[in-house]
Amino acid sequence: MGKSRVLVVLVENKPGVLNRVASLFRRRGYNIESLTVGHTETTELSRMTIVVNVAKTSADQVEQNLYKLVNVLKVDDVTENAAVTRDLALVKVQVAPETRSDIMQIVNIFRAKVVDIAPDSMIVEVTGSEAKVDSMVELLRPIGILELVRTGLVAMERGVGSLGRVNQSGNNGHRSVPV
Amino acid sequence: MTKLTGAQIIWESLLREGVQVVFGYPGGAIISTYDALPDYPIRHILTRHEQGAAHAADGYARASGKVGVAMATSGPGSTNLTTGIATAMIDSSPVVFITGQVSTTAIGTDAFQETDTTGITLPITKHNYLVTDVKDLAHTIHEAFYIAGSGRPGPVLIDVPKDVQNGTTEFNYPVGPVQLPGYHPRNQQLAHDLQTAIELIDGAERPLILAGQGVIKSGAGAELLAFAERTGTPVTVTMLGMGGFPAQHPLFLGMMGMHGEACANQAIQQADLLLAFGMRFDDRVTGDIDTYALGAKKVHIDLDPAELNKVIPVDVAIAGDLKSVLGQIIPRVAPREHKPWLAQIDAIRQDSKERDILTHDLKNVLVGQYVVRKLWEVTGGEAVVVTDVGQHQMWAVQYYKYNKPHSLISSGGMGTMGFGLPAGVGTKVARPEDEVWVIAGDGGFQMTMPELGTVAQERLNLKIAIINNGYLGMVRQWQEMFYDRRYSATPILSPDFTKIAEAYGIKAFVVKNPEDVVPTIEAARQHEGPVLIDFRVEKEENVFPMVPAGAKLDEMLRREKA
Repeated sequence: MGKSRVLVVLVENKPGVLNRVASLFRRRGYNIESLTVGHTETTELSRMTIVVNVAKTSADQVEQNLYKLVNVLKVDDVTENAAVTRDLALVKVQVAPETRSDIMQIVNIFRAKVVDIAPDSMIVEVTGSEAKVDSMVELLRPIGILELVRTGLVAMERGVGSLGRVNQSGNNGHRSVPV
Repeated sequence: MTKLTGAQIIWESLLREGVQVVFGYPGGAIISTYDALPDYPIRHILTRHEQGAAHAADGYARASGKVGVAMATSGPGSTNLTTGIATAMIDSSPVVFITGQVSTTAIGTDAFQETDTTGITLPITKHNYLVTDVKDLAHTIHEAFYIAGSGRPGPVLIDVPKDVQNGTTEFNYPVGPVQLPGYHPRNQQLAHDLQTAIELIDGAERPLILAGQGVIKSGAGAELLAFAERTGTPVTVTMLGMGGFPAQHPLFLGMMGMHGEACANQAIQQADLLLAFGMRFDDRVTGDIDTYALGAKKVHIDLDPAELNKVIPVDVAIAGDLKSVLGQIIPRVAPREHKPWLAQIDAIRQDSKERDILTHDLKNVLVGQYVVRKLWEVTGGEAVVVTDVGQHQMWAVQYYKYNKPHSLISSGGMGTMGFGLPAGVGTKVARPEDEVWVIAGDGGFQMTMPELGTVAQERLNLKIAIINNGYLGMVRQWQEMFYDRRYSATPILSPDFTKIAEAYGIKAFVVKNPEDVVPTIEAARQHEGPVLIDFRVEKEENVFPMVPAGAKLDEMLRREKA
């Protein structure tokens, strides 16, 4: 098994595009760890961040196969680039009087937020790298996690470069040859 | 400006794409489009099943180099197309499929003959569309033809709901190149990769060219010939690459792979440089990949970057159009001869000649190989051969010599039994002046045999040779070799094919003896119109050489010498 690669994919905002991407991963046997999709600065385009568990060579295959989808404009493997990556988790924790201060301490250390509080539970929101979210979840687990949801990773390269700035030929000088 | 219906727009658009013929089958959700058809100068060929329409359009595309078109209704119409769509997809054949769909208002309600056609065909098309507004119809058709025929070609499906066919709008067909933000088929080879490739070619002592269908798709036959002759490099081809290099050229080694020539497979394993031109290292050509050509450097040129380093890691990977890349390489490589290497290959070739079944005593035995060889001799190698899938297909490749592109039409990647007869229909429609022979087994032929009705109705001058051995022969061969001769479900009863043919008004012959082969082929060629010949051949004949599935490429099962 290879390690996880983080791909940022710019796609046309059209019906069925998510299905095309998901179908490609399924039929080629690429294992998706997480996939997020949302709007971008341009209404015609959507942006996906896909975390896929493959070796580097297969990551190239994933990238080239994504380019074969007519609705895919740009693919960037940002795994080894300087990029900001963020995962958001909502964690519903069981609260008892003797654990309340432990929880608050953990929340403060991770610069998380308490977004809901009830007599015997609270919801904690934490944002950060996957590793940060993982470690906070591990600290909360012994106290008692009632429910957990994570958005999956979103990523953006640091600096002035922009994935969305597609030139007129549409390929941003990237070796994009969907055939 | 007068408004047109969606149905009219479909035909107007097809005319503007240069379409002369559509293969199809009407039905409830496409009836409006068929209603408009008689007003347009487009030939419609009614097949007997939508699968037949798909294979015929595919055969048309392969034989003509143009985009084929097939049409069907919703639900079972579109699902019946799918075998043909998948067959076209894996062999990179450009076909536009137009399917009817229930009205947009009924989509998602499990309406009569509703099925999720775009969902079903998503993984087996290069791209597909569901048109929900008649205003999108013309530009969608324009895009579909562009995508199907450009880059690495492939099938594109357009699903058109009934209310879109009936809707009206002003018709403005787009002119000029299609602009799609995410689709840019073009060359992208890098100068330093070319230089590295040239250095490897100049330094090689035992180079070998592996030529695939990309040679034919790219129109790079002349460049391949020039390159091979200049560098003295022998050429072996994939099945779909057959015709990309003249088969009677001294540098030609024949087909590689599971049923390839022994000298080709041995040469691959002994080469110090493999030049893979427009092929994709399918498992049927590599055998075991862990032991594949371990002593060879590898240069891979293919239009599709996703094919590079997919199966076989290579030293130089060049994504680009083969004709253009070879055109740049040829003037920069040194002329060579490689005499010792060619002598080494010739020794193996000589051994193969001695093992050939045609050197055995065949006075009273009719074998498929003999039929194909005589067909080649009688037709002077000038016929277009369309095969089905199985033993006869391998014999058709081994014993007919293809000197020109588009002269062998066969289902490679999908290995679709039933492809032969309908693809033969498409081939004959595309090339009415050429002699077209369908070669099929008795099993595959029966899968799409009703297309004889299409042959008869269209009065196609198609010649059909059935290599009839009473078995699903290729599976039987595997059972004989690897399953202890347990012939499970492979004996197959056939009707009297001559009576079937005659019922359609098609002339037919039976041949049981070798001495009748040539006169009967000649009689069939004399007859102006379709002819079927039922060749009753040896029942348990095998295809040799054979690389067992997963075995080393040069560990072939061979025929004993006579």
